[in-house]
Amino acid sequence: MDKPVNNKAWFFVLPVFFLVAISAIIPLMTVVNYSVQDTFGNNQFFWAGTEWFKEILHSERFHSALVRNLIFSFIILLIEIPLGIVVALSMPRKGFWVPVCLILMALPLLIPWNVVGTIWQIFGRADIGLLGNTLVGLGVNYNYATNWFDAWATIILMDVWHWTSLVVLLCYAGLVSIPEAYYQAARIDGASKWKVFRYIQLPKLHRVLLIAVLLRFMDSFMIYTEPFVLTGGGPGNSTTFLSIDLVKTAIGQFDLGPAAAMSIIYFLIILLLSWVFFTVMTHYGADNNKTESGHDS
Amino acid sequence: MAQISLNNLAHSYYPNPKEQSDFALKQIDYDWQDGGAYALLGPSGCGKTTLLNLISGLLSPSTGEILFDKTDVTGLSTEQRNIAQVFQFPVIYDTMTVEQNLAFPLANRGVQKSEIDKRVSDMLMTLGLQEKAKRRARGLSADEKQKISLGRGLVRYDVNAILFDEPLTVIDPHMKWQLRTKLKELHKQFGNTMIYVTHDQTEALTFADKVVVMYDGEVVQIGTPEELFEQPAHTFVGYFIGSPGMNILPVDVSGNLARLGDHQIHLNKSYSNLDGKIELGVRPEFVRIVDKAQNLTSAIPLSIVAVEDIGRSKIVRGEINGVSINALVAEDANIPLEAFVEFDVDRICIYNDAHLVEGSF
Repeated sequence: MDKPVNNKAWFFVLPVFFLVAISAIIPLMTVVNYSVQDTFGNNQFFWAGTEWFKEILHSERFHSALVRNLIFSFIILLIEIPLGIVVALSMPRKGFWVPVCLILMALPLLIPWNVVGTIWQIFGRADIGLLGNTLVGLGVNYNYATNWFDAWATIILMDVWHWTSLVVLLCYAGLVSIPEAYYQAARIDGASKWKVFRYIQLPKLHRVLLIAVLLRFMDSFMIYTEPFVLTGGGPGNSTTFLSIDLVKTAIGQFDLGPAAAMSIIYFLIILLLSWVFFTVMTHYGADNNKTESGHDS
Repeated sequence: MAQISLNNLAHSYYPNPKEQSDFALKQIDYDWQDGGAYALLGPSGCGKTTLLNLISGLLSPSTGEILFDKTDVTGLSTEQRNIAQVFQFPVIYDTMTVEQNLAFPLANRGVQKSEIDKRVSDMLMTLGLQEKAKRRARGLSADEKQKISLGRGLVRYDVNAILFDEPLTVIDPHMKWQLRTKLKELHKQFGNTMIYVTHDQTEALTFADKVVVMYDGEVVQIGTPEELFEQPAHTFVGYFIGSPGMNILPVDVSGNLARLGDHQIHLNKSYSNLDGKIELGVRPEFVRIVDKAQNLTSAIPLSIVAVEDIGRSKIVRGEINGVSINALVAEDANIPLEAFVEFDVDRICIYNDAHLVEGSF
């Protein structure tokens, strides 16, 4: 390596550095600043050290919101990933119906999140909503505003409706990029449909599924707008996820210190879990033979 | 194993083909003998792969039928036809080991475990992949992957035919030789019908007993390597087979006399009733360079453009009346300044609209 080194190139990084500083680092540092101080108003702050972190980590309320959120994300991944794969597999590969299907799939993704919440809030209402009223008419005692199970079911159904399309579109892109020769070889080898899926399609979807799982995990773990509009965290605290809890603490109760500490813990949990997912999925099925790992096709 | 017959087979990728040019494969009738080693030779895009995919059932033909031992299989699926096919680019199952890849086509057909193990270990030996048997296939190099693809075709001994679609494209030259020899050996050992698609004439001529030459969706000649060399049925065959290819000269022929501009060439056969485009074909091997001093009546003056030394012989590139012509001469041959050419009369072929015409004595 005897390429000329010119450190002037670093100047080109400056604009990006400033942008990132203004949009991410400075706000984050403000949060860090709040998290280690206490205030009694009048813009007067006192050093609190790690007090708020200890409080949050030992808080029953935080624990239950965290568990709720983990269960929610787990259910979402469990439903949306397989469903997305199945829908992508059954979509046509060529012809008139391709654009039709793609547009239908993209529609839910284009609707603003609070509108999605409102749509489902009305859709699910037991008195006037199509879904709620039909269920009640069928004799089901359905009311998402009073029954925690109904609230959860509605939120999960809403999220599946809203976000499965993302998984579908990612998988569809992965499927159409598999060369025809693989399917031909499978026919020659007498592979069944299941084996084609298991040994050709699924391994080739590995990368897009990694992205789909990461995106769906992060988004569902940070979900705020839709449940806020639909249930506002209730009934009781049954749908109070971390983000809703955080907003209640910060803006409802104006406990800036604990809210800041909670933000940082929340952020670190997402970072940690995303890293775990990424590491597990990139190492899953990797070669034992490191020497030739460059030939990855 | 089976004899494969093609009856009026043609294929077009358009749903409603109208003209002859809509067909990727124009009509073909041919019987591939059981146990034969065939090569399908032709330039890219001439319909070789289409023909192969029709035989294996990956495509279904626009018209005509395919018979295996007199049984019509046109409507049968690839699986039911029991055909092995190896593709141009390696296709491997990423998540399986080398061993599992080779066992896959057998396991899918419900072959017994002990039989699978035996065949797979034989095949690993044949391909020289024993040491990598337990490794994941996706970490291997391109030619190792292609060996696995070949192996998956060859582990099934009982197939009706094995089709190869330019299987050695991605293989290193020294490995190509080795694998081709291996294929010949396997052919002798198991006697499978093998059809080998290639655009490389050396590969075709060394592999096959019979070579099928295709050009623009049509089979232009089927013959042994000797026949293709000595009696090309189509100017394309003459040009495509041999290095350099056959010299093709526009001429007028009447009786046993061919006229090339002002020059006359005596033929040993006579031709009558020729109309259309008449050409004379002669291979560079049968063109002699002579000195003016020999003063032969049949000699034609040649303006030499270049002389290329290709090792054991030389190619003399020249022109007669602006038409380029090549001659293959011995390495130590003397090239006179004022050169003339003479054709070996017995080796001259006459073409009418690109197709060979037989003369009469």
